[in-house]
Amino acid sequence: MHDKLKLYGKAFDSRLLVGTALYPSPAIMRESIAASGSEIITLSLRRQSPGQQQGKMIWDYIRKSGCQLLPNTAGCKTPKEVIALAEMSREIFGTDWLKLEVIGDDYNLQPDPFGLIEAARELVKRGFKVLPYCTDDLVVCRKLLDVGCEVLMPWGSPIGTGRGLMNKYNLQTLRERLPDTPLIIDAGIGAPSQACEAMEMGFDAVLLNTAIARAQNPVLMAESFRQAVASGRAARNAGLMLKRQTASPSTPTLDMPFWQQTVSSGEGL
Amino acid sequence: MQLLVNGEHVHFEEGKTLAGLLRQLGYSGETFAVALNGDFVPRTTYEKTSLTAGDNLDIVAPVVGG
Repeated sequence: MHDKLKLYGKAFDSRLLVGTALYPSPAIMRESIAASGSEIITLSLRRQSPGQQQGKMIWDYIRKSGCQLLPNTAGCKTPKEVIALAEMSREIFGTDWLKLEVIGDDYNLQPDPFGLIEAARELVKRGFKVLPYCTDDLVVCRKLLDVGCEVLMPWGSPIGTGRGLMNKYNLQTLRERLPDTPLIIDAGIGAPSQACEAMEMGFDAVLLNTAIARAQNPVLMAESFRQAVASGRAARNAGLMLKRQTASPSTPTLDMPFWQQTVSSGEGL
Repeated sequence: MQLLVNGEHVHFEEGKTLAGLLRQLGYSGETFAVALNGDFVPRTTYEKTSLTAGDNLDIVAPVVGG
């Protein structure tokens, strides 16, 4: 069955995108990414002195992985910072793809919708393929589409919280109102069941990092997320039954033994 | 003259270019990128980018990220 994830003209078999941060070791990161089956991985840029080699090792692995790179602008608070970091990312990583983050609040790392739209507009003009990390606000999402984003990445809940899909009403609204837009749940997913639920709701993919990297066994957790995302997608394609208020027996009631029609013994017969 | 490189003071000879600074600091290869006073500087322009006292440079390299 051909059920590819299509983003910016590229097709992917996997619907799980993973981050590269917070793993106990680079070796476990590599094994986990492989177990996740992911074909799109996020990474970032930070200040570095010439003597530091840590970044080079990770970059060498990531370059050989064959995955689509998705550099982020994590930590940026203004469109100006975003534009500079995006250009630096494009030069180093050789890709136009960008996970756009403009943080509006340090406490819950909530995206700044105004900065997000302004930055997205400029990045699209500069030829970037922008995947914005955004809130689940329908109007903000529409405006991001208006400025040229082809993919949206609404949060499930704040980054690193593991609280899953916080506002299902808003997320369901996004799915229903933007039926043709690839929507990726990004951030807040803590358990495979939550990722599965997002896929059952009809989201196109899930992006996560902490839930795998901080598991006691990240490789096994990556495999579990791989199965959960695939399972949720299959369920969505299969079509879920409608919920009902009252019970409805699944076993046939016809020809049930021990059943006798009640005979009325009332007078007058 | 004094420059700020990744938040730290660096002494650098006046009148020289960004390419000279990068050589002095030991940056080589293509695994880094530069911003000057908050604006991206393409690699192809290092040789002709002159620096002035007080310039603020950010030199970044790949790291893990989510």
